[in-house]
Amino acid sequence: MAARNEDRERSRDGSMERRTFLKAGALAAASAVIPLSACTVEGAAGAEGETVHKVMKTRQWGFVIDVEKLNASGVMDKIIQACHHAHNVPDTGDPKTEIKWIWEDDFEHSFSDIDSEYASERVVKLGFPLLCNHCEEPPCVRLCPTEATFKRGDGIVVMDYHRCIGCRFCMAGCPYGARSLNFFDPRPYIDDPNPDYPTRSKGVVEKCMLCSERIDQGKEPLCAELSEGAIIFGDLTDPDSPVRKALSENFTIRRRVELGTGPCVYYIANGGEAHA
Amino acid sequence: MLEKALHGSKLYWAWVIVLLVCIGVGIAAYINQFNYGLGLTGMSRDVSWGLYISQFVFLVGVAASGVMVAIPLYLHNFKEFGKIIIFGEFMAVAAVLMAVLFVLVDLGYPTRVLNVLLYPSPHSMLFWDMCVLSSYLLVNILIGWTVLGAERKGVKPPNWTRILSYIAIPLAISIHTVTAFLIAGLPGRAYWLTAIMAARFLASAFAAGPALLIVICFIMRKFTTFKASDKAIDTLAKIVCYAMIANVFFFVLEIFTAFYSNIPSHMASLEYLFFGLDGSGQLVPFMWTAVVLAFVGLFLLLVPKLRRNHKTLIVGLVAVFFACWIDKGLGLILAGFVPNSFEQVVDYIPNLNEILVIVGVYGIGFLVLTVLYKVAVNVHEHGIAFAHSKDREIAEGADAADAAE
Repeated sequence: MAARNEDRERSRDGSMERRTFLKAGALAAASAVIPLSACTVEGAAGAEGETVHKVMKTRQWGFVIDVEKLNASGVMDKIIQACHHAHNVPDTGDPKTEIKWIWEDDFEHSFSDIDSEYASERVVKLGFPLLCNHCEEPPCVRLCPTEATFKRGDGIVVMDYHRCIGCRFCMAGCPYGARSLNFFDPRPYIDDPNPDYPTRSKGVVEKCMLCSERIDQGKEPLCAELSEGAIIFGDLTDPDSPVRKALSENFTIRRRVELGTGPCVYYIANGGEAHA
Repeated sequence: MLEKALHGSKLYWAWVIVLLVCIGVGIAAYINQFNYGLGLTGMSRDVSWGLYISQFVFLVGVAASGVMVAIPLYLHNFKEFGKIIIFGEFMAVAAVLMAVLFVLVDLGYPTRVLNVLLYPSPHSMLFWDMCVLSSYLLVNILIGWTVLGAERKGVKPPNWTRILSYIAIPLAISIHTVTAFLIAGLPGRAYWLTAIMAARFLASAFAAGPALLIVICFIMRKFTTFKASDKAIDTLAKIVCYAMIANVFFFVLEIFTAFYSNIPSHMASLEYLFFGLDGSGQLVPFMWTAVVLAFVGLFLLLVPKLRRNHKTLIVGLVAVFFACWIDKGLGLILAGFVPNSFEQVVDYIPNLNEILVIVGVYGIGFLVLTVLYKVAVNVHEHGIAFAHSKDREIAEGADAADAAE
């Protein structure tokens, strides 16, 4: 009981940090004060005092994932664990209520629209990392009745866990299954809480936030950092960024492009020798 | 006027007590859910809306009972509906109230519901739905209560009620349209992504709402002094019939588009509903029941002889009502989530606690309906008594005049 109270206290502190973090994140994104070492950053007009959603669009972060390389390196489980630990993602142990920020599925389920029964054995065996696509035109943001989910100036689709009313409109609208509801108090299901990141309360929706807390400190998202080079991260609007370089050199696919959401997670499909 | 609901027969009180018990059970179940979270329902990350939202969508439809009486009365001056309009409006009040309550019990974080007002988001259809539903609720309460109050005093209702009645008509159309827009604009949910969704909502609403109204008119005929005229009932039954024809027709259009185009995502939900998908077909018996009910109902309403026979009419109306309920209050929302974003079928089985909450919300709705109808019937009763005594006075006056001669 004492331990649980402690968790609560910690999360409360965390929540406060979260608030300031959101604002700080927006400012950082708008004024581009902390350039990422991996990317060149164009200076944007200062937006001090502006609200989060009015921030000028400066960038669009995205991922290019070399699936075969990732599978070969065998770090997928490590990435999932590290992400879920760092962000206090609970493990409910039930597929109906599970909460996922990043997870793995096979080609058939990840790309059901372009799957075929004659797909190459090589592809069928691959595990595809799935996460929020941080869409260019995110349906979840359009649907949210309280703007609890919104798109930052740097393209990250984030959540304000203190505003979400748990209507789950965003879950119905997300074509990628990237959103999870806290069907009950998640705190007892976090084995080893990370005191530096807030926990969530029951009844709110959560999802991958593209490590916005790390990006605001000039660091890469955790999954990219741990991927041994298989997950390339960068600004899709910058022609010189590593993601654009990877996109120009490889044939890539995205999930459910026909819906016009503009998913920003690309999967290298030709991988293998071509990229080794 | 509300005090009129405090005097009633034993049967009336027995009914009220049954409803109060339902409400009590529902509130207890809701407290349970409030404390634990939505994990106490059958919903999952794959089927993230369940029976709550299904009931919401269906009950918005039932609210059409008001407008389907209002249009002939106010736009076509069909006087026969003058007496039942109040019951149509009060049913709309109860239905919208239940619809709103279902959204409320569905929220994961209900104490934050005012965030919808605090951060109005015009890009969200839910915001617009809140606007039209609350306006429609308010307008119907205002009109109904004021007109009834005027009737009780034996005076003409103020003119603004008539203006408001005209405003209520497009408002009623909008509640069905916007509620359809809630689901019709979601990319990736092929079963809902159809331009005809709003038209289907209107058609099924125009069938289900008046169907329930007529059935309740028959119940009132039996137990109260309010006797809806045969002509009013027959006209309303015709409306139900044509609306249901449109509803079934629109559904057939969906089936044609899905299966002739042969696009898997558009066929999947329909296959799941009618034949089952990946070995999972819990809704199959319900959907075929709905098909049978719809056609039996239509047959009984279409043949004039059967429509005018009140026994077969009631069967037809009940059939149509439940066909609409299965289609909209069960299949429409649930099948939208099947298959999920990963082409998997995840079953949804409502939890007992969830069902008790539903019973509670329906209890509240029916209690409001009962109280409002009780008041309306009593006012009518007095109106009739008043008119009779006036007739008597006139007659007596005439007698006296005769005697004087």
